[in-house]
Amino acid sequence: MMLQLDIMTILPELILFFGAMGLLMVGVFGSSDLSRPISWGSVFLLLVAAIVVLFQPAEARFAFNGALLMNDFTALMKALTFLAVAASLVLAHDFMHQEKIERFEYPVLVLLASCGMSIMISANDLIAVYMGLELQSLALYVVASINRDSVRSTEAGLKYFVLGALSSGMLLYGVSLIYGFSGTVNFQELASLGFTGNDIGLIFGMVFLMAGLAFKISAVPFHMWTPDVYEGAPTPVTAFLAVAPKLAAMALFMRAVITIFPQAQDAWQQIIIFMSLASMVLGSLAAIGQQSIKRLMAYSSIGHIGFALVGFAAIAGENSAEGVSGVIIYIIIYSVMTIGTFACILSMRRSQGMVEQIDDLSGLSQTRPFMAFCLAVFMFSMAGIPPLAGFFGKFYVFRAAINAELYTLAVLGVLTSVIGAYYYLRIVKIMYLDAPDDEVNLPMPRNLGLLAGASAFLMILFFIYPKPLVSVVDNAGDAFLEIDVQPGYVHYQDTAK
Amino acid sequence: MEFNTAIGLGNYLTLAAILFTIGIFGIFLNRKNIIIILMSIELMLLAVNINLVAFSSFLGDIVGQVFALLVLTVAAGEAAIGLAILVVYFRNRGGIEVEDVSHMKG
Repeated sequence: MMLQLDIMTILPELILFFGAMGLLMVGVFGSSDLSRPISWGSVFLLLVAAIVVLFQPAEARFAFNGALLMNDFTALMKALTFLAVAASLVLAHDFMHQEKIERFEYPVLVLLASCGMSIMISANDLIAVYMGLELQSLALYVVASINRDSVRSTEAGLKYFVLGALSSGMLLYGVSLIYGFSGTVNFQELASLGFTGNDIGLIFGMVFLMAGLAFKISAVPFHMWTPDVYEGAPTPVTAFLAVAPKLAAMALFMRAVITIFPQAQDAWQQIIIFMSLASMVLGSLAAIGQQSIKRLMAYSSIGHIGFALVGFAAIAGENSAEGVSGVIIYIIIYSVMTIGTFACILSMRRSQGMVEQIDDLSGLSQTRPFMAFCLAVFMFSMAGIPPLAGFFGKFYVFRAAINAELYTLAVLGVLTSVIGAYYYLRIVKIMYLDAPDDEVNLPMPRNLGLLAGASAFLMILFFIYPKPLVSVVDNAGDAFLEIDVQPGYVHYQDTAK
Repeated sequence: MEFNTAIGLGNYLTLAAILFTIGIFGIFLNRKNIIIILMSIELMLLAVNINLVAFSSFLGDIVGQVFALLVLTVAAGEAAIGLAILVVYFRNRGGIEVEDVSHMKG
């Protein structure tokens, strides 16, 4: 009976895992080139998994003796991750076909990575954290170098592998110290030890753990892999790397830090504040001189992670719920904007092939008005200009920071957001005010047009009716804090026996 | 003169810390060969294993040893993927010097 409950809890992961195995078999033993049906099959599996996650019972519960946790927060983050992965698979079709790198391994690897992300989000002990993280990372290294005949793609994969393995090693070292100085790996048991930041072994463990996780969300000073990997990897892979792993790693980061060290807030808050400030500053300054739009998106994503961390730093005291909701809303809006932007970037096609320089967008409003309009909406939204959704994302995290009395962080955040607006608006200026090239952009493929249009629609209309998203996110935030900050491990002990 | 010859937890932790540091420096200071980076990564993971097994033994708790076995298997997978990526890179580039891995900058 217990096992049955456990299996029901990890049903989404099982669907993805066995689905990936099945599709792999179809790809290997199938007669002709089946990459496109396999890709659509993966999208289907991800949608099924997302639906299963959303229809699971809402009350918080543990599986496998407390190794995994399911509640409203993990359900929301998992569903979002699955949808983001599905969207990035849909984005990939045309590009992969055109560049002749249509391989059936790509969707299979992506499915395995999403299985890992799902375990990361649910992880409730340090062994599960490491397992999920490695399942995700190992698949991502291969995916980054999927275009194996290109120097750039393999170089991106190699860099990602070396720095990713380094970060996993640091995380693991931290985990070993936390285990050694506390004697347990379970989040709730660790929380019940009431560590307040006075044990040097645990402090070391916490810092290493946070450094390892900061690599995965590419927060400064652990961001150096991001621009190179984003630029070198094939563009649909970049779109995938920019959204889903960030969602999962951010969820894991929040859960690990806040659940394990609920009372050591003074210790981790300064680290988060530093990472947040450094990411916002670097994200806004380093992007200014970029010519390649993929590199620009890399720095932009570093900056956005900085803004999300502003909300994270504000998870303190009685205002915790506001901080958690702020981070979740920010990261959701970031995901939608990024998917839309990459739909536009993937549509930057000339008759001789793909282009990815910002100057190639000049005069786009005259040749492809719809694409230019969508991209302009995303750029305004990323810059945080009201009434687009990006503004509200920033509004929620800064409000949380003000209520948590982090005034310096909030003020500097707004300043860097203004600096960052420069390079977003520059793209709009190039599209709308510059004269078009002789070479005309090809029309947007239908899939990409639909995704970009839908994202732009959500960005524009968010302010009219934000209620559904905000209430779902508040629910998730409450679930996050309910189990985690007040050690609600009584429930865990009940089910474990 | 009398020495305390028993090897304590502190000795194991120091050894692991030294190995881990050598691993990190091996990644950053090495200017020659990517294979050395892969070796350094293995060294880091094995240092963690020493930590885990030492803690497990001194705490009298089996979880650390289970964790060490998991780390061993994952390290094997990681090395396999790293070498595979290295091979495709070598085919494209014709060399594996660290200084050549700088096609993209900025």
